[in-house]
Amino acid sequence: MRISEKFSELKKKKEGALIAYICAGDPTPSATKEYVTALVRGGADIIELGLPFSDPTADGPTIQAGIERSLNGGMTPDIYFRTVASLKMHIPLVVMTYYNIIFKRGHEKFVKDCAASGISGIIVPDLPPEESGDLAGFCRKNDVDLIFLVAPTTTDERLKRILAEAKGFIYLVARLGVTGARSDVASSTRELIQRVKTTTPKAVGFGISSGKQAAEIICAGADGVIVGSAFVDIIASGKDVPARLEVLARELKEAISLG
Amino acid sequence: MKRELKSTKFGKYGGQFVPEVLMPALEELTEQYERYKDDSVFNEELNYYLKDFAGRPSPLYHAKRLSKEYGVKIYLKREDLVHGGAHKLNNTLGQALLARYMGKKRIIAETGAGQHGTACAMAGAAFGIKTEVYMGAKDTVRQRMNVYRMELMGTKVIPVKGGSQTLKDAINEAMRDWVANVETTHYLIGSVVGPHPFPTIVRDFQSVIGKEVRTQIMEKEGRFPDSIVACTGGGSNAMGIFHPFIEDDVDLFAVEAGGSGMKVTDKEALHSATLCTGEDGVLHGMRTKVLQNKYGQILESSSIAAGLDYAGVGPELAYLADIGRLKPCNSMDAEALEAFNDLCIFEGIIPALESSHAVAYVKKVAASGELGDIVVINLSGRGDKDLETVMGMRK
Repeated sequence: MRISEKFSELKKKKEGALIAYICAGDPTPSATKEYVTALVRGGADIIELGLPFSDPTADGPTIQAGIERSLNGGMTPDIYFRTVASLKMHIPLVVMTYYNIIFKRGHEKFVKDCAASGISGIIVPDLPPEESGDLAGFCRKNDVDLIFLVAPTTTDERLKRILAEAKGFIYLVARLGVTGARSDVASSTRELIQRVKTTTPKAVGFGISSGKQAAEIICAGADGVIVGSAFVDIIASGKDVPARLEVLARELKEAISLG
Repeated sequence: MKRELKSTKFGKYGGQFVPEVLMPALEELTEQYERYKDDSVFNEELNYYLKDFAGRPSPLYHAKRLSKEYGVKIYLKREDLVHGGAHKLNNTLGQALLARYMGKKRIIAETGAGQHGTACAMAGAAFGIKTEVYMGAKDTVRQRMNVYRMELMGTKVIPVKGGSQTLKDAINEAMRDWVANVETTHYLIGSVVGPHPFPTIVRDFQSVIGKEVRTQIMEKEGRFPDSIVACTGGGSNAMGIFHPFIEDDVDLFAVEAGGSGMKVTDKEALHSATLCTGEDGVLHGMRTKVLQNKYGQILESSSIAAGLDYAGVGPELAYLADIGRLKPCNSMDAEALEAFNDLCIFEGIIPALESSHAVAYVKKVAASGELGDIVVINLSGRGDKDLETVMGMRK
């Protein structure tokens, strides 16, 4: 399913999108299907599935640890695409990885593997638009959305350039810093949501962990929330994981369903 | 070879592979550096600190006994005599001053051996800027005296426990800090690595080494050397001495750490010979040669010299190696230790284990004639920090 279809479907239902991140292969490749299924059962609208990289500089300690568990569990890009293909989801799947993994596999092969395994979007936190030309070309050819990030520090001039190339949704970075669960919503987050004027859906990530925060962000004008560390924390605990993933997904989804 | 600062690349290498949060900071840094690099007030102040604080120019010393022993005329560029005991202060003074001109209130840095961190601590104290240094937990143990030195000068040292607990992980953590505090903080990168404009800025501030050599060797020999040899981890001392000679008929040798062998597994390399054996990749904001496995996961590198222990290398070095302007080579741990001993015995100089790799390469190939008649070795640092390591190896 295309990301844009999902967002227009949710818009009709007056629901915000819940984009749930976990790292594939955390803690083992075989666990992923069960966890993703639990998130979808809880109400996740889009799954952002991490493909682990050894040096994840944009991620905080929680997701770093998840990535480490995944790599130690033997996850590789080959296993990743096989796992994704086996999921057979009826909602959009997005891959989140670092640029060297894509670069090493080759832009064309990576994008084709995405398309073939049912992935509809790619997020690369260390690939700003300036360096994204090659990858963007193959994404267009294969109907895969290359999703760009916008940060509170992004200047208006850069914002214009990014919005012009935006596909799927715009990933708004809620605050300066790396990923990781926090308890409040920064005023800079609201300002950023207001500042980004576009018809492309806006999803906010970095630091969201509760239904209350998620609701505030949707009320502030965002079309979706991206939640990662709070789910990865549950996986890290190793206790009752699928059930608790489902419960948290449901809490978040209910909080952003206004219709 | 002259390159506009606006271009972010050296051939296909370099670039800016960083989170969007940092892009405006890199644009600001590029603009501000452009503004100050030829500014007379900025340069006057920097030159004052280089001379009266750092002790520049550093001598170019004809190592007579070592020359006789190795069979080639050897000059040592004595960066080990620079304040702090390494070339690192050239860059930290430049960048810390730039940070002050830019109005940044805080400096963060990564450090491997602790030399760059120490040099940051010195510059931070001299300019009164709050300084915090990330250091791999493993490195804080093997270089604990440098940790203490930094702390004495008011710098906070933050041990990094993630990953391999070495330089690569310290860079990761410093980048995370920068992402969170980019508005008030300058990330003072210690080598010719990272996203543009860092490789250019660090190279320019280190080029004082090569510029001095040009004058000094003309005074002593009336001509340029046949070759220049420098150890290479990230490559800052190498680029510093090479860059002013790029257009000249001088052979350049970048000596990497051969570690304990060329063996590589899926997770680690027993060496840090990135230019010699690495493949194209993207790490720490730059496209360059990288030690990685077939999936693009970065390998843990290895070397007896913490300052060379890095899975990447400066993008300009990768470019110069590709076009054949410099020759990548390497020395093993054991060869570096031998050269370390030679310099102690024959010259009364205790060199850093990093610099010992350059000396070891000269020892290995001098007889072949590859280096010509006159060679300049960049003696990038002194070895006081390595005494415990050497004592351990000798047991």
